[in-house]
Amino acid sequence: MTLVNVWFILIAVLWTGFFVLEGFDFGVGILHRYLSRDEPDRLTIINTIGPLWDGNEVWLVVAGAAMFAAFPGWYSTMFSAYYLALALILVALILRGVSFEFRGRDQSPRWRTRWSILLTAGSIVAPLLLGVALGGLLHGLPIGADQEYTGDFLDLLKPYPLYVGVTLLALCVLHGATFIALKTTGGVRDRAKRLARQVAPFVAAIVAVYAIWTHIVADKGVLPNPIEIAAILAVIAAAWFAGQGRDGWAFTLTTFVMAAVVVSIFTELFPRVMVSTEGAATDLTISNTASGSYTLKLMTVIFILIFPVVAAYQAWTYHTFRQRLSRTEFENATEE
Amino acid sequence: MSNVDLARVQFAMTSIYHFLFVPVTIGLAFLTAVLQTVWHRKGEAAYLRLTKFFGTLLIINVAVGVVTGLVQEFQFGMNWSAYSRLVGDVFGAPLAMEGLAAFFLEATFLGVWIFGWDKLPRRLHLATIWLVALGAAGSAAFIMAANSWMQHPVGYQTNPTTGRPQLNDIWAVMTNPVFLWGYAHVLLAALATAAVVMLAVSAWHLRKKSHVEVFARSAKLSLAVLVPTMFLAMFVGSELGVVEAKYQPMKIAAAEAQWETCQPCSFSAFQIGGGNNDQNPTKIIAIPHLLSLLATNTWNGQVIGLNEVNAQYQQQYGPGNYVPNVFIQYWSMRVMAYAASLVLLLGLWGLWLIHRNKLETSRRFLWLAVWSVLLPFAMNTAGWLLTENGRQPWIVQGIMRTSDGVSPSVGTTSIVISLIVFFLLYLVLAIVDLVLMLRYARRELPPAPAEPVDEPPVPVGIQ
Repeated sequence: MTLVNVWFILIAVLWTGFFVLEGFDFGVGILHRYLSRDEPDRLTIINTIGPLWDGNEVWLVVAGAAMFAAFPGWYSTMFSAYYLALALILVALILRGVSFEFRGRDQSPRWRTRWSILLTAGSIVAPLLLGVALGGLLHGLPIGADQEYTGDFLDLLKPYPLYVGVTLLALCVLHGATFIALKTTGGVRDRAKRLARQVAPFVAAIVAVYAIWTHIVADKGVLPNPIEIAAILAVIAAAWFAGQGRDGWAFTLTTFVMAAVVVSIFTELFPRVMVSTEGAATDLTISNTASGSYTLKLMTVIFILIFPVVAAYQAWTYHTFRQRLSRTEFENATEE
Repeated sequence: MSNVDLARVQFAMTSIYHFLFVPVTIGLAFLTAVLQTVWHRKGEAAYLRLTKFFGTLLIINVAVGVVTGLVQEFQFGMNWSAYSRLVGDVFGAPLAMEGLAAFFLEATFLGVWIFGWDKLPRRLHLATIWLVALGAAGSAAFIMAANSWMQHPVGYQTNPTTGRPQLNDIWAVMTNPVFLWGYAHVLLAALATAAVVMLAVSAWHLRKKSHVEVFARSAKLSLAVLVPTMFLAMFVGSELGVVEAKYQPMKIAAAEAQWETCQPCSFSAFQIGGGNNDQNPTKIIAIPHLLSLLATNTWNGQVIGLNEVNAQYQQQYGPGNYVPNVFIQYWSMRVMAYAASLVLLLGLWGLWLIHRNKLETSRRFLWLAVWSVLLPFAMNTAGWLLTENGRQPWIVQGIMRTSDGVSPSVGTTSIVISLIVFFLLYLVLAIVDLVLMLRYARRELPPAPAEPVDEPPVPVGIQ
């Protein structure tokens, strides 16, 4: 296997890691008001990701930087083509990121509500648009022979990419609900479980349609992609476990579904990285966008040396903060 | 305004804004780690209270620093896709290493530090804040390596078929003299910035006579860090100037608005007029030999004037104007140097007061120390303007012009929209951040753990 292939896989891994980890973060941001009756409830929910969200978001930074280093042609075309969408994603991520920090810095309910709304809005917009962006890679964009984007903003908003965005958003909601159910006790946990049970069948249907549509868009023959089959089976199983109230299994399966959905885009793309609607000759591929062999070798060595350490300490973080949170811990933290 | 101008304004805005938060983060992470270490060693409650107090200021700043850093990374592709396409092979590698080796460390362990007070053994918890400091300083190293490559490209060869620079020696990139001196300069500036912030906050409390015995300690610590740091920063800065004069002669000549070659060369304290259309500004208080010393490290060194370098570049790279904006260059040099000198004088005064045992009571010093908090930010911003404006019209010195680096597929409307949106967003965030910083900086110290406390069961975490 050549290093160019290795780096395509690593970038897929980084995007997948980002959506799996930040996916439940987004879900928590979306649901933290919906699943709570009062401020201690909201604090309980937000604190489930308190120590984790910042580290999770770095996966996006590294995914972007890895594309820059390994496939500068891909990074340049994609980021300039998605200009306004990315600007909006950045705004969403900025507002979301500072909401965690600023929200609790004032006791006034109005202040808290305001940051809560921004937290929710940011958590909806970011995965939705990132999904649209990923979907667009496979659906195809107008790209000229010089690898430059030739379309305008409306060319980004085609039905399939929009549907990928909706799919990822729906998955974030379910993933977040199973995470909250796993990490809390009492009323919050009950409500999270109920929500997961209610939305799981719909998410299962959305993912099933996603898998079929993705396969059609990719146009790689009739043979089904095993990862898409796995995604469908797993989301059905997730719906079943959520219905049974089995927190651990439900969360494990929503993790798997999220991973399978993101990976399926990348497997259908390979060896292309951005499909061009102007014909296969102008497709961006791993070979016509990659860096030189020295850079790829260097990056591979660095990755092998450092990534296992990062994975280990992040896993340790999850282990350190593994216990469930209960609202009694937060009842004294605020006066309402 | 052309797309290039708009993209430049946007990049400058993002960089300057980002770099208001970065030095505070790097420096405060280190100072907080020192405070916690002293507490760990001595067990005095005062240091634990200071650790938590300044740790909170650190956390508020990190939030904004992190999210604006994300904007920086995305902007290379969004606004400068032609640049990214050409040099991603070299420039992308340090960025990716930054994420993997440093940013992961900083972000992950900051979460552990904030939430881990009562969950981790003391020694391990102390290690986490040091990892945060290490991650923050490490991030700066990779970013500076990438930036220094734009100032002085090394460690690459040009691919004959694609015409693109390709990395062939990472060691050269990581030992680039512009990087080594520049990185040391940035680290020292960050430490000095955080020390001034700590001094200003401590001085505010000392003036109010609140927790005098506690804040006297942080004031002394900040002064002990500030003075040697500023001396070193000035020394390193002058060495950096010599390195830059060698590889980017335009940068240094423009910083003195020196149009004609001189030997020996003097440094002017002020000038009236000046700019790219005024080659004969009125220079005031010329200090003989100082420019020679700054640019060449020798008493009688020669500094080649802007006109001569320009003629040289025209022969080498073709017709064009290679002189950067001289007005910005001249004044950013002076704002940086004068702000730094004031900070150093303040630090020396503080040390003298400590020696005389009058630090806590000198109203005049404490008042000035509070207001001096603005100086390091002016100094840092001017420093970056000096470095980045001095590189123009090159985006990568000698390889690519800024005007050729802009995204060809992005329309003016898109840039204008995002420019306005980011400007407003940054403005709001700056106001909120400032209000919160002021509020938390003036807040009463949280009670010492030994004293009877009426604390909620969760004193840490998001509240």
